[in-house]
Amino acid sequence: MKLAVWLRKFPFWSYVWFILGVLYFVIPLLATFEFSLTMERDVVGFKAYEKAFADPDFLETFGYSVFLAAMTIIVSIILIVPTAYWIRLRLPEARRIVEFITLLPFVIPAIILVFGLIRVYSSPLNIPFTEVTLVEPLTNFKFGTNVLIIGGYMVLGLPYMYRSVDTGMRTVDVRTLTEAAQSLGANWYVIIARVILPNIRTALLSGSLLTFAIVVGEVVLASFLGISAFGPYLFLLGQHRAYEPAALTFTTFLLTWAAMGIIQLITGGQEQVAGAH
Amino acid sequence: MTQTTLPASKMPTPRSNLKNWIGVIPFFLFAVLFIFLPSVRLFVGSFTNVDGQFTFENVIELFTEDYILNSYLLSIRISAVTALGGGIFGFLLAYSVTVGGLPRSLRSALITFSGVASNFAGVPLAFAFVATLGRTGFVTSVLKDVFGFNIYDAGFNLYSFLGLSLTYMYFQFPLMVLIMAPALDGLKREWREAAENLGANTTQYWLRIALPILLPSILGAMILLFGNAFGAYATAYALTGGRLPIITIQIGAQVRGDVLHNPNLGNAMAMGMVFIMAISLAGYSWLQGKTERWLR
Repeated sequence: MKLAVWLRKFPFWSYVWFILGVLYFVIPLLATFEFSLTMERDVVGFKAYEKAFADPDFLETFGYSVFLAAMTIIVSIILIVPTAYWIRLRLPEARRIVEFITLLPFVIPAIILVFGLIRVYSSPLNIPFTEVTLVEPLTNFKFGTNVLIIGGYMVLGLPYMYRSVDTGMRTVDVRTLTEAAQSLGANWYVIIARVILPNIRTALLSGSLLTFAIVVGEVVLASFLGISAFGPYLFLLGQHRAYEPAALTFTTFLLTWAAMGIIQLITGGQEQVAGAH
Repeated sequence: MTQTTLPASKMPTPRSNLKNWIGVIPFFLFAVLFIFLPSVRLFVGSFTNVDGQFTFENVIELFTEDYILNSYLLSIRISAVTALGGGIFGFLLAYSVTVGGLPRSLRSALITFSGVASNFAGVPLAFAFVATLGRTGFVTSVLKDVFGFNIYDAGFNLYSFLGLSLTYMYFQFPLMVLIMAPALDGLKREWREAAENLGANTTQYWLRIALPILLPSILGAMILLFGNAFGAYATAYALTGGRLPIITIQIGAQVRGDVLHNPNLGNAMAMGMVFIMAISLAGYSWLQGKTERWLR
């Protein structure tokens, strides 16, 4: 009798969907992992990982991607935190237009963005109506392409970073914090760097990790701008190797997983709040 | 004297004036340099001919050149199929962990995993699916060795419409889970109790109450999935190497080197994509407004 009640209450279909979902998630990863272990005939081992990590090109491109990700995150924070703060405090009427801009990257896919960037910045910047060149075409030299790609990555990460920061500022009362800091004699730099930033560090961390996850494996902007980052490297490696790309694919997955796991961990409390209303 | 030096004007005031806009100039400068200028350039280019004069030719050619029209249609088909499939499957998953009666621990595991999978796109995703469903892939081998069923003999091909759709599904349904889980949380228990008190059974509750309330957010989420697949380039390129001519691949070829006689046709192709994406986003935000009447 009790068993019958339990069986009737047992969420059979929920488990069916859940298990199907888990299978869809896990099987490709298992397949990749299994494949990456079989580099040597009849031996299961981490040879593919050893070879992949030992490649100097891997270290160079991966290091470069991490550098680009770090720069993107830093410049994004420097740009977005004061903007979001200022809008909250002084300029609420700019909220709609700024939020609209932060949604634009959803309308402009990466391939279109890089197309437009190349069209605009592959010609030199002249003083208007003259032939005097102020800046060489940005696409022609290394610093220029770095500026373009970091700007492009900032656009790709903009929706996530802005929303994170804005949500973070909503949960702490920036106005009261600002008034308190001002009455103690703090200037604007001190208010933002020493009062606001530490109070929204959870939001900053989750926005940063999301940006990191987007940037590190990114391939479209990097390959069209001719930057030897990790994404294009992995793509080229896949053209003529089999096992090393699988090993790196699995590693990339673990990295994404780590980033998302940390976000879930640090924002766990916030997610409950969001679920409550 | 000391009283007057207290900077009363420095105190934050809710009223604002023109001076306050100075604070957001850096942001707008960034937006102009990296979003507006590139878009405007493509926009102007799509209405310009080779000699730099105004023309509608490029835009007309989008509809008259068969291979361009077919690329758009292929992209739209693949995005619609994966939005619908990913949307339904993602909804069922979100249902199972919210109101479906599964333990709470499974819910946070699924949400985390969805966050990972919805960001796991591009080259690594393509490689993972080659290792899974490729000619010597894991699932292919298991089906052949254990069940004696060769999916490639049966006509399956990973580098085809179906194969690419299955691959896209890997980031599509997790996104649906992420969007729908909070929406399903918004269903109030009182609604169900009220329905049951009035004699409704589970089917009636879902068909007459829950689904109509959720419908705008389900449709809105599916539109988002559509855009998500429509803009994808790297996954398709890494998987099929350009053999499946979706519109992003065509534009990519155009950026690599002008394969067409007319570079401005590439601009028009790009603007066509932006146009479709903008319509989707507008539809999404319209539906979002409808959702907020009931949920939250």
